[in-house]
Amino acid sequence: MEEYLFNILKGSVLTLEVALGSLAVSVVLGLLGATAKLSPSKPLNWLAGIYSTVIRGIPDLVLMLLIFYGGQIFLNKGLESVGYTDYVEINPFVAGVLTIGFIYGAYMTETFRGAIMAIPKGQMEAGSAFGMSSLRVFFRITVPQMIRLALPSFTNNWLVLIKATALVSILGLPDMTMLAKQAAAAGRGITPLAPMLFFLFTGVIYLAITTVSLVVLKQLDKKYSMGVRRGEF
Amino acid sequence: MSIKLSVENLHKSYGTHEVLKGVSLTANAGDVISIIGSSGSGKSTFLRCINMLERPHAGRITVAGEEMKLVTARDGMFKAADERQLQMMRAKLAMVFQHFNLWAHMTVLENIIEAPVNVLKLPKDEAIARARKYLDKVGLKEVEDKYPAHMSGGQQQRVAIARALAVEPEVMLFDEPTSALDPELVGEVLRVMRALAEEGRTMVVVTHEMAFAREVSNHVIFLHKGVIEEQGDPKEVLVNPQSERLQQFLKGSLK
Repeated sequence: MEEYLFNILKGSVLTLEVALGSLAVSVVLGLLGATAKLSPSKPLNWLAGIYSTVIRGIPDLVLMLLIFYGGQIFLNKGLESVGYTDYVEINPFVAGVLTIGFIYGAYMTETFRGAIMAIPKGQMEAGSAFGMSSLRVFFRITVPQMIRLALPSFTNNWLVLIKATALVSILGLPDMTMLAKQAAAAGRGITPLAPMLFFLFTGVIYLAITTVSLVVLKQLDKKYSMGVRRGEF
Repeated sequence: MSIKLSVENLHKSYGTHEVLKGVSLTANAGDVISIIGSSGSGKSTFLRCINMLERPHAGRITVAGEEMKLVTARDGMFKAADERQLQMMRAKLAMVFQHFNLWAHMTVLENIIEAPVNVLKLPKDEAIARARKYLDKVGLKEVEDKYPAHMSGGQQQRVAIARALAVEPEVMLFDEPTSALDPELVGEVLRVMRALAEEGRTMVVVTHEMAFAREVSNHVIFLHKGVIEEQGDPKEVLVNPQSERLQQFLKGSLK
């Protein structure tokens, strides 16, 4: 019994790794997507528009299967055409992180775009007027001010992302959810309550992760709200 | 006398509407030039073209003997041919904005040292010393660690002036620096600007303050519908306007 619980707990490490890895990918894609959407270049607007529309419009599960299996086929066909005949299997961890990161990058794109649009134009203008390059303006002025404005929606995205990591079990990755399922099946012989017990335990761990996240993000909000006067109700 | 800023024959349109129809300006060291005119006359646009916050269609801009390298982009407006040069020239043309535009996420001190440290590559302690010197000059004490949102408009604008001074610019550009202030806060900002003028700083000021234009500046430009309608010594131009437009404008502004 304890063995199974311990196993699930170990699976939570993998869940966290997938979640954090995907978050990193999604933030990078989100920043790129938001700047592309706000840039004066029409082709970039289009590209980012298609990305966020298509990805947000398809279920995560379908995308995951599509990217993992479809990507596998494309990769091997491509390699074959250049004369490489060994079958290459994508590492499911890498595939999971990239896929979830790619999906949530679309949500982050919209989160960051909205936040950047809410910054008064004069803030960036003052940066340019004092001789900062556009890259420096972006990282010294736009991003720090964007964080506060993006945090509520970012927090939402992160909570949903953590839960979406449960999908990596379909790629054969032994995350917390998959281990719970296996334990539930095996533990039924010991007690009929095993499935409930193991899934409850898993649920509590997810809840613990998300609760800690909320506390950390609250601190981040405090840090980036320095110098802001909040309205009172 | 050395020429700090020369703008020649500047043109700028929005679509088919031409807002600047060949405006020129020369500022020698120590000149304080006031640009006046009704709203829509193009005065703010002109000022913002000088540091390329707005992109003009034609003209030449020279700061302290160095001409800005500009080329015509595909949309018909100028763009910098050399981004690096534009950045260095902008640092020589510090701007004070109507709405202050202090960076909201930085303290007063961080606002002032930002450009000296990151653009001019000044060592941080030197930049801090500079910041304190100019805060003192604009008459602010014990505000270093405050955030802009916690200060009055007049204080914020004085910090913005200190921020502009801290890059030790060749020319200071003021874009209606008192227009967003409550009437009782206008005086403290104008006093600082008068002190800077008396120090011999070169300033180009877009303003509605006729008293400032008359008493502090040594040259006034009246812009109307994108052309200079009248210019010269403010004590003559503002007291004894020749053009009918300026007479009307001054009648409307009372002061």
